[in-house]
Amino acid sequence: MTRHRKIDHPDNDNRLDSMAQGVLGKPVDRLEGPLKVSGLATYASEARPSGMAHGVLVRATITKGRVVGIDRQAALALPGVMTVITDPRMVRYPAQGMAGKGPKAGPDVVDYHGQPIALVVAEGFEQARHAAKALRITYEEEPAPTDPDTVTPEVPDAKQKAQGDLDAAIRDAAFSVDCTYTTPTLMAVAMEPHAAIAEWDGDRVTVRAALQMLASDRKQLADALGVGPEQVRLLAPYVGGGFGSKLGIAPEAVAAAIAAKELGVPVSVALTRMQEFDITHRRSESRQRVLLAAGADGVLTGIGHEALVSNLPDSPFSEPVTQATPFTYQAAHRRIAHRIARVHRSCAGSVRAPGEAIGVTVFEAALDELAEAAGIDPVELRLRNIPDREPGTGRPYSVNRLGDCLREGAHRFGWNQRRAPKERLEGEWFIGMGMAAAVRVNMLIESRARVTLTEDGAKVETDMTDIGTGTYTILRQIAAEMLGLPVDLVEVHLGDTDFPPAAGSGGSFGAASSGTSVYLACEDIRARIAERMGCTDAELRLQDGRASFRNDTRELRELLAGEVLVAEGHVEPGDAEKQARQATWGAHFAEVAVSRHTGEVRVRRMLGVFACGRILNEKTARSQCLGGMTFGIGMALTEGVEHDPRTGHIVNRDLAGYHLPSHADVPEQDVVFLPDRDGFAGPMQAKGIGELGICGAGGAVLNAIYNACGVRVRDLPATPDKVMP
Amino acid sequence: MREFQYSRATSVADAVASGATFIAGGTNLLDLMKHEIAVPGRVVDISRLDLDRIEPEGEGLRIGALVRNSDLAADHRVRQSYPVLSRALLAGASGQLRNMATTGGNLLQRTRCPYFYDTAMPCNKREPGAGCSAIGGVNRMNAVLGVSDQCIAAHPSDMAVAMMALDAVVEVEGASGTRRIPITEFYRLPGDTPHMETALDRGDLITAVLLPAPKGGEHRYRKVRDRASYAFALVSVAAVVRMEGGVIADAALAFGGLAPMPWRVSAAEDALQGQPPSPALFDRAADLVLSGAQPQEDNAFKLPMARRVLAATLADACRMEDPQ
Amino acid sequence: MQTELFINGRVHRLDADARVTLLDALRHHLGLTGTKKGCDHGQCGACTVLVDGRRVNACLTLACMCDGAEITTIEGLGEPGALSPLQSAFIAHDGFQCGYCTPGQICSATAMMDEIAAGWPSHATEDLNAPVRPSPEEIRERMSGNLCRCACYPNIVDAIMEVQG
Repeated sequence: MTRHRKIDHPDNDNRLDSMAQGVLGKPVDRLEGPLKVSGLATYASEARPSGMAHGVLVRATITKGRVVGIDRQAALALPGVMTVITDPRMVRYPAQGMAGKGPKAGPDVVDYHGQPIALVVAEGFEQARHAAKALRITYEEEPAPTDPDTVTPEVPDAKQKAQGDLDAAIRDAAFSVDCTYTTPTLMAVAMEPHAAIAEWDGDRVTVRAALQMLASDRKQLADALGVGPEQVRLLAPYVGGGFGSKLGIAPEAVAAAIAAKELGVPVSVALTRMQEFDITHRRSESRQRVLLAAGADGVLTGIGHEALVSNLPDSPFSEPVTQATPFTYQAAHRRIAHRIARVHRSCAGSVRAPGEAIGVTVFEAALDELAEAAGIDPVELRLRNIPDREPGTGRPYSVNRLGDCLREGAHRFGWNQRRAPKERLEGEWFIGMGMAAAVRVNMLIESRARVTLTEDGAKVETDMTDIGTGTYTILRQIAAEMLGLPVDLVEVHLGDTDFPPAAGSGGSFGAASSGTSVYLACEDIRARIAERMGCTDAELRLQDGRASFRNDTRELRELLAGEVLVAEGHVEPGDAEKQARQATWGAHFAEVAVSRHTGEVRVRRMLGVFACGRILNEKTARSQCLGGMTFGIGMALTEGVEHDPRTGHIVNRDLAGYHLPSHADVPEQDVVFLPDRDGFAGPMQAKGIGELGICGAGGAVLNAIYNACGVRVRDLPATPDKVMP
Repeated sequence: MREFQYSRATSVADAVASGATFIAGGTNLLDLMKHEIAVPGRVVDISRLDLDRIEPEGEGLRIGALVRNSDLAADHRVRQSYPVLSRALLAGASGQLRNMATTGGNLLQRTRCPYFYDTAMPCNKREPGAGCSAIGGVNRMNAVLGVSDQCIAAHPSDMAVAMMALDAVVEVEGASGTRRIPITEFYRLPGDTPHMETALDRGDLITAVLLPAPKGGEHRYRKVRDRASYAFALVSVAAVVRMEGGVIADAALAFGGLAPMPWRVSAAEDALQGQPPSPALFDRAADLVLSGAQPQEDNAFKLPMARRVLAATLADACRMEDPQ
Repeated sequence: MQTELFINGRVHRLDADARVTLLDALRHHLGLTGTKKGCDHGQCGACTVLVDGRRVNACLTLACMCDGAEITTIEGLGEPGALSPLQSAFIAHDGFQCGYCTPGQICSATAMMDEIAAGWPSHATEDLNAPVRPSPEEIRERMSGNLCRCACYPNIVDAIMEVQG
């Protein structure tokens, strides 16, 4: 039985609020926790099928051109070396998330320095690693631009928007700001490097892989290999972080499958950390100009947001920097500009909250500049500019909690203690506070799940992934809540394309989309139980393995009488997403200390207040937000790729050169969720969480730096050399 | 990593006679071997030699070459009498790496210049005559002092900076017997031979580092880096300063992150001697430290940063009010 | 190379290429994949194990150099149903999300608590010659060799503080 629902109308029944089990939303421990803390959760590179060989990818050392010769002899002569593969099906870079096809193939054409061009396979990992160094490759090299500032960018018409006369608004404004910020290339840097183990059985291949969205990944891999999707099975029960970098298939999975077929043995290919930097998608660097015009009362009359980003020629993705700008604040006169520089740096793609992560961060820093210019408190300035309806379209908001988040955050953080720049000095440290709004679009994606109820409990199956987001746990809670079972009686099986295809983990839509599919499957099972109880679903009470209707209470076991109830839930987005502007909302507050001597910045405390619909698990939701806020610390203070000015390649291509925040960089962080329901998001009223925490967080830190020491850093990250007051 | 012959040394003499590449902590050597930047044919494991003790010698200390960084930092004699050394060690690397890295190995750390690490890019240190990619490339972390047109790599060690300020002496066992090399003469500037970094000859084994009698005074190690922990220095300074009657009786200063070796400028120390501390005096000392600097586009900030770090560190060591 | 390793109280005899690191010995040869490879160059801490009681990066250690050594990996600290107090605290405080850095964090923290007990100072220690007291600042500095991209840092500190007492 399949219960299908297209979300064409807001669903404000809030059915989950009347369920009896009382586990949904609770801070339940992670289902897979015991496996993860004892090292027994197995990630992509951790199977050992017998006879497995090891492959190591070889990178191009030119920026653009063609491979004209590969001398394999030296490599093949080394002990243990089995083959050198340069199959034309090997791909040059990862697929974009949800793409229906494989990425560009043909490793002999080089699009960027660091591109994989061959795979060396040997019996032992050490043998393959060394042999990969022994290939002699000759190229025909072509000149290629690598610096976005030196090329004439594309200006796609569809991405330019204007309303009113922004220039006039700036001219007539009581206060205005015209500032330009730059953000560097940023990397996802999941702790688990990309890896794949491919094994063929006849014409079917099974690939254990580090991937976020198995349903579309399967199609991409099949397309890349030239086989049918039914011939590809992907397994990803545990994924060591994604943050966008594992949305689409990447060169290692294709290469492993090709090698395994050629050799007739399972082949493992894992990227090295340096290859992660070379090959996986980067978040494009950006140059952002923000123009703001306001009256003396701080009410905005004009908003301009212009972005320059980059990608390889022909790549369909460009970082949607201004995504939230059209609907966050009101102003009669508006202009959005989006330019794309075509350069031969590595491929740009989605990294956690593409668009808002850097767009909101910069916009919120610019608003701080306006607040300063106008002499208006930054929280107050934002409160004065929250629109009633979506500007431009006039659509209503599904809900807009920005004002609530700002007020709640200001109160909890002690915002009224904020002083003028350089007024608070403790020893050598200037202390300052900053804030920023958080906003991120909300999406629902088609998703399916199967739920099986037996006398012993329930089982959820879907090819959804848990990349650290808490999927195992929240799906368990949803099923337990809907079916009236203690959480321990619900098993969850994920990460296998043999299960019904799910939305996958991306765009913060995973929990709500796959969760709704589980909800729907459970709804179907509830209906069948209700029938047996002689009541409607609304009248049925399920709790602790018992069904009740009025005075009649029966054990589920008795109702099932040995029967197994199976249902599939299938959710699709519908008209509801067109009827209203859906987004998630929040406010970030940060307090920093800045050394007056060295410009070192230490974040002392941070608060995020968020409204993102129904919270499915307080504990895992909070952790998602902590992670996002810490990405914000990294964006503001420590992270940034440096491209070689000659080759365009990433120079700081390891974790000693690309600085993720360490323990010592991250202070106490508070996360507060406002009680929230959004019927436009579907029957669960749940929305995305994973990305909201990063959107704007870095802006709060940058604004706090200014408030501490009077230095406005517009070229991120704010490393000590740029801050030195 | 290329194949190599592995053996374990049973004595210092055995190790020296081998003429092989020595491995102890492995924290840098294995890193370089994986990249095939270091390609030894023979590797002799010296980690079990009896060189892991810290003992008094004269009025100073003799630190065995195999004493781990964490043990050295935690040693009570070091904490009490050479705190600048403890502080420098604790400012470097991570708890895990300090548990592995040895005193001798730390002195021999290779640069962290990203082009030295990237075998796709020319590097004179890796391959003499190939060219320097850091010049004209990304060079934010590179050196501004003591550089040449062949190489602008910076020395990455924190420990060695403190050793420099403490006038440590490196004890070396070689084919011709034991010799003692003052740390000021241990490192070589790149000049035209950036691949030659120290005074060691093939087969030489560092057996100990000797610290002279404690200098007393105030010990400071201040390191500025891109994150709060677990990062290499942009600029660091080790300062040992003794005050007498309101003037600086003597000062030893050494810098990290600025040069191809821990950097010490005696003229700057002389300028401080006998003077009452003041911001103007510290500025004069910084002038002397930084004279002759040859910054690149990305790392020119190191000059003002070094000036500020020096001033702040000296003010702290002289117990001045925080200078305005 | 013939190497004898005492891992989690059991003897393992390894016959492998001299180039095999302790990390790859565990993961590729001995079926102990709890120890993770995050960078293979000592820059992330995911491979942290205890060798003779001390935390080290298994990626920068040759297996053959550990001949005769006592090695404790995450699998040796506890297992589902019999978790160590720290493993349990990580679950209770949600000290992980994706879980990939987690074995390294837990091994590192286990040894780090011993280092505090032994009175080792850290970069965060105010007075080098006074007794060391565990505090969030001390723990953050001492755990900085273990990167977590999911960024559960505050939860990890809470978990350690609970066990450290």
